[in-house]
Amino acid sequence: MKKHRLARKAVQFAAGLLQNANLKGFLAGTIYKGPLKHFCVPGMNCYSCPGALGACPIGAMQSLLDGRRRKFPFYVVGYLAVIGLLVGRFVCGWLCLFGLIQELLYSIPTPKLTVPEKADRVLRYLKYVMLAVMVFALPFFFRSAMGVGDPFFCKYVCPVGTLEGGIPLVFGDPSLRSAAGILFNWKLGLLLLCIAASIFIYRPFCRYICPLGAFYALFQRISLIKMTCDPEKCVHCGACARVCKMKVDPSKDPCSPECIRCGDCIKTCPQKALSVSGGRFSVSRSDENTVKR
Amino acid sequence: MKSIPRYVTFCLLLLALASCAFGVYRGEAVIIFKKAVNICLECIGIG
Repeated sequence: MKKHRLARKAVQFAAGLLQNANLKGFLAGTIYKGPLKHFCVPGMNCYSCPGALGACPIGAMQSLLDGRRRKFPFYVVGYLAVIGLLVGRFVCGWLCLFGLIQELLYSIPTPKLTVPEKADRVLRYLKYVMLAVMVFALPFFFRSAMGVGDPFFCKYVCPVGTLEGGIPLVFGDPSLRSAAGILFNWKLGLLLLCIAASIFIYRPFCRYICPLGAFYALFQRISLIKMTCDPEKCVHCGACARVCKMKVDPSKDPCSPECIRCGDCIKTCPQKALSVSGGRFSVSRSDENTVKR
Repeated sequence: MKSIPRYVTFCLLLLALASCAFGVYRGEAVIIFKKAVNICLECIGIG
């Protein structure tokens, strides 16, 4: 299990570094302007981060829906749907830098909070509201007096932009620093709240706020690669549910929209009942190799 | 829960790829590029 968790951290770190490989941008206080910015990255990664090589899919979606253009974002929706249909929320568990940051914060040894089940169940829907209202509806329908649309989620909520773009750019550039006002303080407050919550609650942004996670979650039950539980092997011991930090019970619902496919449950299952399957192939703990069904 | 036939996933996958290609064809990648190579003031909290 320890080896598996270390491997996942290594993949998360490598993915974060790869998506933010323009390291000289942090020193110069500038952003990358090359052709790779035509493409979106799979995880939440602000395109105004000095290191970012690609575009943020949520920001890109809003810039197309912007009240001035009112274009349905076929490119981004299609791109994200391809990822969702292939691997579901695997991106959340393995490739998202902000997910890694929250996990590292959660590893700080403090007493941990358990969100009451009822509240947790309700709060999980908030991310779908964020996707529908803040990412799609408001940028599409709202237009300011000057005819300009706003990327509502990025502007008023997204702590990723504040952390990856806002802090390095605003604190590194005196002109931007002088322009920072109430909005910056609001977003900084949200970021600090998110950081504080992440120390006590496992990945609170991913569980309750992230619109990208909500989008991928829509495909979780129909993705090509998915989790499966063999009912003949499962003895309902509950070991998988206890190890799952996203509060999913994989023995009852292996394709839950909340599952980020970290794979901890597969490694924990004493009966080797859980596996990841895709098409004609499956990988489980019993063989560790890809085998034909 | 009844599982969804795999061909449905493949059909949706084709649809998603077509959507992606159509978006690129009508210039959405260029709009995204123009947005992404400039500092997004809203994203960083300037407004």
